[in-house]
Amino acid sequence: MSLWDAVVGQEDVVAVLAEAVRNRGAMTHAWLITGPPGSGRSVAARVFAAALQAPDDVDGTSHDAQTALAGTHADVTVVRTEKSIINIDETRSLVSLAQRAPSQGRWRVIIVEDADRMTERTSNVLLKAIEEPPPRTVWLLCAPSPLDVATTIRSRCRSLNLQVPPARAVADLLVRRDGVDPDLALECALAAQSHIGMAKRLATHPDVRAYRARVLAIPGSIRGVGDAVLLAGDLVETATEQSKAATTERDAEEKVALLRGMGAVEGAALPPTLRAQLRQLEDDQKRRARRALIDVLDRAMIDLLSFYRDVLVVQLGSDVELVNTAAAGSIRAMAASSTPEQSVRRMHAIGETRTRLDGNVAPLLAMEAMTVALRPQG
Amino acid sequence: MPPARRRPAAGLSALDLDQVILAPLVLVRGGEGLLVDRAVSHLQALASERDPNVEVTRLEAAAYESGQLDMVASPSLFGENRHIVVSGVESATDAFIEDGLAYVARLSPELDDVTVVLRHEKGVRGKKLLDAIAAAGLPVVACEPIKRDADKVAFAAAEFRKAGRRVSGPAVQALVEAVGSDLRELGAACTQLIADTTSAITPDVVQRYYGGRVEATGFKVADTAIEGRGGQAVTLLRHALSTGVDPVLLVAALASKLRVLAKVAAMRGRGASAPTDLGLAPWQIDRARRELDGWSPEGLARAITAVATADAEVKGAGRDAEFAVERAVLRVAQARGER
Repeated sequence: MSLWDAVVGQEDVVAVLAEAVRNRGAMTHAWLITGPPGSGRSVAARVFAAALQAPDDVDGTSHDAQTALAGTHADVTVVRTEKSIINIDETRSLVSLAQRAPSQGRWRVIIVEDADRMTERTSNVLLKAIEEPPPRTVWLLCAPSPLDVATTIRSRCRSLNLQVPPARAVADLLVRRDGVDPDLALECALAAQSHIGMAKRLATHPDVRAYRARVLAIPGSIRGVGDAVLLAGDLVETATEQSKAATTERDAEEKVALLRGMGAVEGAALPPTLRAQLRQLEDDQKRRARRALIDVLDRAMIDLLSFYRDVLVVQLGSDVELVNTAAAGSIRAMAASSTPEQSVRRMHAIGETRTRLDGNVAPLLAMEAMTVALRPQG
Repeated sequence: MPPARRRPAAGLSALDLDQVILAPLVLVRGGEGLLVDRAVSHLQALASERDPNVEVTRLEAAAYESGQLDMVASPSLFGENRHIVVSGVESATDAFIEDGLAYVARLSPELDDVTVVLRHEKGVRGKKLLDAIAAAGLPVVACEPIKRDADKVAFAAAEFRKAGRRVSGPAVQALVEAVGSDLRELGAACTQLIADTTSAITPDVVQRYYGGRVEATGFKVADTAIEGRGGQAVTLLRHALSTGVDPVLLVAALASKLRVLAKVAAMRGRGASAPTDLGLAPWQIDRARRELDGWSPEGLARAITAVATADAEVKGAGRDAEFAVERAVLRVAQARGER
């Protein structure tokens, strides 16, 4: 199995990257890898980094390739964030890092996984470093679309656009790599709309599948405004629980580790000089929790969008495949009881809610406005 | 012959200062600054009435050093009375609590030549000392914050009565609406009205002095909007904005009111009576039931949509946050009664 097989359904991009590894003349100092969520941007970046560190290792089994893939190679730096934006201070350290020669590999690779999460001020810090890095440094920036990064950054990079991989290719990957049952793999690949990571989560976690089913049941169960508000409350509550489950334990561990690191006595009052650091940690944790909540809600809204997309497909009688094959029954019922105009209007409302959440609107209020817009109306 | 011993009951209210009499040690406790100030100065007045030459000492418990209390309470050369006011007991040093406990323990119940007043404004710091004072049967004057409007009205009415002035009910009501958010301010307003006017105090008088002022909170704005009184809601809103209420909070207040209405409407629609499921208090539900009159589901939907739009605009999607809230308030008021 070749190293490049992990990049699914992207033959063109793989050809360009493989050529860059082989041929020094085809190499560039900065790449901007774009593509819709789940198309494998960061996987592509990591595989490219592995290939650069171990060009002769076709299978990717060598130590260099494996560590590069895992993001632990000494010359491969992976920048990602669990907060909503990448901090300017985190970015400044990259500038000096970029000037250092690789310590063991052939290249110093800096992968910025969420380049779209840099504000303009933050990305300005990187302008010089990206424009003219030392000869053996290469930047790999990942973002959903070229428009998501500042123009000045975009113009300094070579752009590579990933396609949405076909659902069958994703299903094949799940069957081959994770040993998922082929029927389930296809259903999940379709439901995740070829988002590879999401498809894997759906296929391997029954509770994630159950949550998705619950989200898809929402459109059918809204009968009036009151229901809508109650359902929105439920939705936000479950999302909060999910994001808490993911973070609470870690928060506590981090706090204990920090206190121990600072030499604070357990159970005793924290000396005032150390409180600022604890507060810093708690602020970071709060930001992370918020991002986790927004991510869960956003996922739910994408699922809802796919539901109404299917409804519209049925209403317009077009012969494309449904995304939600498991919910075909309720999709047909919804299609029969509403008009295409309503479906489009509802999809628009969901899209607007996503924008609003991005703009920091109170999640509960935003979801209420959305479920209210989804209610049956004349 | 020592004066007849009167042991006042513990737990006096600062609202009735006639009950508050001098004792070897009085604890004035509570967060309402005005009442605490009044009780403390009332006690000081009593002390100087008893002995015009009384020596008044003020101590700050937060900066107290061991032994200070005994030093100021020890007999004086000329034998005059001593009145000691200790403020900031809520942030007292450990030394003060220790000395205070010892002092309370050896205190004789008879009124002596030393009187001590302790001010404790918030929290439970020094609980041991507070408990010891209560256990010793020493008077504790409670100065709890006055929060409900009805209590504020009673307070203002009592102010006027004490000054021997007649005042009409609507006038007191109007005064509390105008300057009621802070009791100190309300007290000052009463004093000013008593000093500046001569005849009975009517709503007209209050209007003349405080007519331009309205204290508006986010919830007051939201309540008025939900009752469908758009014009009044906008007036309140402008007052709220100009006294520094954040637009984000105003929108949040509107949203939470509408949320309760919608939840209660859903409950009514189902005919179920399980208010515990909704996470609402019974009074919230009663109130929402009354407010739901005149609201149709369509109207609620429109109001919620308008508020969500306003929240986005307030947080950067619109150009003018204040305009966004104002429009939301108007839309909510209009949505009531729509079919």
